[in-house]
Amino acid sequence: MSTLLEMKAITKEFPGVKALSEVSLSVEQGEIHAICGENGAGKSTLMKVLSGVYSTGSYDGKIYYDSELADFRTILDSEKKGIIIIHQELALVPLLSVAENIFLGNERAKNGVMNWHETFDRTKVLLAKVGLRESPSTVVDTLGVGKQQLVEIAKALSKDVRLLILDEPTAALSEFDSATLLDLMLELKHQGVTQIIISHKLNEIKRIADKITVIRDGTSVSTLDLHKQNISEDDIVRDMVGREMSQRYPPRIPRKGSKVMEVCEWNVWHPEHSNRQIIHDVAFTVHAGEVVGIAGLMGAGRTELAMSIFGRSYGQKISGSIKLHGQEAIIKDIPSAISAGMAYVTEDRKSLGLVLDDTVQRNITLANLPSVAKAGVLNEDEEAKVAEEYRISLQIRTPSVQQIVGNLSGGNQQKIVLAKWLFTEPDVLMLDEPTRGIDIGAKYEIYGLINELSERDKGVVMISSELPELLGMCDRIYVMNEGKIVGELSAKDASQERIMAMIVTG
Amino acid sequence: MTDQTASKADSDNGVRSYLAKHLREYGLLFALIAIMAFFQVMTGGVMLRPINITNLFLQNSYIIIMALGMLIVIVAGHIDLSVGSVMGFIGALAAVLIVNMNMSVWLAVPICLFMGGVIGAAQGYWVAYWKIPSFIVTLAGMLVFRGLSLWLLEGQSVGPFPKEFQIISTGFVPDIFGIGRPNGTALAAGATAASLIFWLGLRGRARNRQYGAVEEPMAFFIVRNAIVMGALMFVAYKLSTFRGLPNVLISMTLLTVVYAFITENTVIGRRIYALGGNEKAAKLSGTRTERLTFLAFVNMGILAAFAGLIFAARLNTATPKSGFAVELDVIAAVFIGGASMSGGSGKIIGAVVGAFIMGVLNNGMSIMGIGIDYQQIIKGLVLLAAVIFDVYNKRKQS
Ligand SMILES: Nc1ncnc2c1ncn2[C@@H]1O[C@H](COP(=O)(O)OP(=O)(O)OP(=O)(O)O)[C@@H](O)[C@H]1O
Ligand SMILES: [Mg+2]
Repeated sequence: MSTLLEMKAITKEFPGVKALSEVSLSVEQGEIHAICGENGAGKSTLMKVLSGVYSTGSYDGKIYYDSELADFRTILDSEKKGIIIIHQELALVPLLSVAENIFLGNERAKNGVMNWHETFDRTKVLLAKVGLRESPSTVVDTLGVGKQQLVEIAKALSKDVRLLILDEPTAALSEFDSATLLDLMLELKHQGVTQIIISHKLNEIKRIADKITVIRDGTSVSTLDLHKQNISEDDIVRDMVGREMSQRYPPRIPRKGSKVMEVCEWNVWHPEHSNRQIIHDVAFTVHAGEVVGIAGLMGAGRTELAMSIFGRSYGQKISGSIKLHGQEAIIKDIPSAISAGMAYVTEDRKSLGLVLDDTVQRNITLANLPSVAKAGVLNEDEEAKVAEEYRISLQIRTPSVQQIVGNLSGGNQQKIVLAKWLFTEPDVLMLDEPTRGIDIGAKYEIYGLINELSERDKGVVMISSELPELLGMCDRIYVMNEGKIVGELSAKDASQERIMAMIVTG
Repeated sequence: MTDQTASKADSDNGVRSYLAKHLREYGLLFALIAIMAFFQVMTGGVMLRPINITNLFLQNSYIIIMALGMLIVIVAGHIDLSVGSVMGFIGALAAVLIVNMNMSVWLAVPICLFMGGVIGAAQGYWVAYWKIPSFIVTLAGMLVFRGLSLWLLEGQSVGPFPKEFQIISTGFVPDIFGIGRPNGTALAAGATAASLIFWLGLRGRARNRQYGAVEEPMAFFIVRNAIVMGALMFVAYKLSTFRGLPNVLISMTLLTVVYAFITENTVIGRRIYALGGNEKAAKLSGTRTERLTFLAFVNMGILAAFAGLIFAARLNTATPKSGFAVELDVIAAVFIGGASMSGGSGKIIGAVVGAFIMGVLNNGMSIMGIGIDYQQIIKGLVLLAAVIFDVYNKRKQS
């Protein structure tokens, strides 16, 4: 095997932040090379350097591709050489069809006139290749994240891809969708496509990668060959965080106080199609100090359930009752949900969770501004102090709380969404995929925070597609499928197999 | 990592990154000064004569007042094309009430302001609750109110207004110290404003130091404040040697201070920025986004009405043409002042300076006798240059 890519001593600075310092990376032809590291270690930045998002000259160091010194000034330059990157945050145009998205910027056309036949035919072939059974004319918006991810890959394949870079491709996917994607990656490897994958899910990396490069604090600390050495997940974690980490979940003593929230006969219809019922007769309870999980596949209706409860922020014709602390609560909109003591951490931090152009401080206080204000006038000293406290307690990596949130790494953005809701001091905290895209060390911290909340007798509802996480954290797990609750398991009865069985038999 | 590297960044780097971040604000200030200096030379000193400075305020106050409301509308992610027509309509309404119907000024003015609010509400309702693009709603409003003022005035100019109405615009604050000339009130007001600005600046610095925001280098702070304070005192002195402080300058300054305070220091102001930055996220964080949008338009309507009154009072008559195409100057002022087209960013003080830049351009070119054709071209190019500068600046930073 020959070396396809050599990145040598890459250094990249942003104002006030040295994101990469002398990082080297070497990738062989035809391998799957994984890059691991904590949030903000510089993984995405390294890939942006490679793909020309940051042009030559804006960083130090050299890139050799195909033994040639590369000079990528834009993404187009790297695409011409067959380097395709799929970014951490998906970049499809939501209102265009699958086919239009796949050939966006690369349109099948003659003299500027679209050739729809060819576009659609080739899309069909590509969709078959990635195993996506959807019509080429489906509007992307209507697809789930998992399918959108496949569309991204189909798009990459539509160009002559030689080196495919996937930045946390499975972060938003269910186990099942992830497995499909990983199989596809192995298939592509057999066809000779070299791949770089960034992921925080070590089990996946172990399954498909040939080599792992670990980045810590902007420097490459090691490259491990999975075929030569016998490497355990713990070895990788040690290199990532720089110390031994024996446990993935902090110890937790199950707690169960009085009922904090009780939802009964909850029915919700689709916001646009008033005859499509999304949630059917759902009932569940959360006790003080309890961590309740909701398991299910993508599209089971978990997010829709949580959002409809949280101030009717999803759906229409909502019926049913919510009792808080045993009292019937009338929650007609989001402000009343917040003042009733509810909080909802969205799964989609970029479009629903954050004001990306605003500072860390302003995002953290957004949902609870009155508490840093007096008679409607903000006290910025107080506000900065609050933000600073959360920066320290959640270990948010940012030069200061005045940094623009959009400039932070994905995982640190997630922590800011969490901080925002912790600051509202909720009685019931609904977490929708709270650890998506978060590194192992930070996950542990977030689990610790959840435990702390539960010790303070808050009720926590945790929606997650990572079953191990639910099993590791929850006292009780509800299983959802197709908008219904199909089962309930206590911590000691629950196992991956039993949950999956419940979903299947529904 | 970031902690270490941030502290390692030497002070040199600090100055540079501070400048990079705030280039826009310095640029705006210097642009205004440079333009004034340019016209001072080109007009042979007429630009900065006391009477012309007084005129500058009289002529531009209505643009500045509307720019305050427009900034909020634009920060919230919308636009209001109807303000010129609304302003003209309210001027016409005032003329009909006061001149034709002999209504008392004390009754007519509140009615007019209230009508402005109603007009804002009527447009804001469709934008906020029906999600109809503001461009379209206010384009319709622009046509409707232009037509309505024609109808109200029956195509004629109506005037003149009684004295107590005219003083809204052309009155001056008497000298409370009884010196007369130079006018003591003007000098005292200038000195108070200058020291207030300096004191607020110092307080802001102390806060930034405490919470690790990138700090403005001391030298910059002093130079900037010296320029601002010097300019203030200079203007105050010039005004004091003419007729003192125009009433409009007082209302304009008060409104500017109030709106700067609201946008930067209050909960509602913060929520407007969040709404413009990411409407969905703001909504999920408990902001009543519809109501805020609605209120932004109501506020714009009231300010447009006030501007209409000031304009009519200055001309001492209401004409069917008044307010024609003024919305473009107002919008241009806000964008020159650094607001972003997509919402979520922009500052009151930027919009005010932007409006002054437009005003000085108008005034200077008129004194020089430059034709209206060239005036339009130059103003257009200045707007374009300001926005290009913004985009370039942003690109360089990322
Ligand atoms: N445009 C930018 N401006 C300023 N700082 C930036 C910018 N982009 C990234 N950074 C900083 O560079 C560092 C590395 O970020 P990067 O996105 O590469 O992290 P990452 O390893 O991909 O993390 P994650 O696992 O959370 O996605 C972070 O500290 C981040 O705040
Ligand atoms: Mg990343």
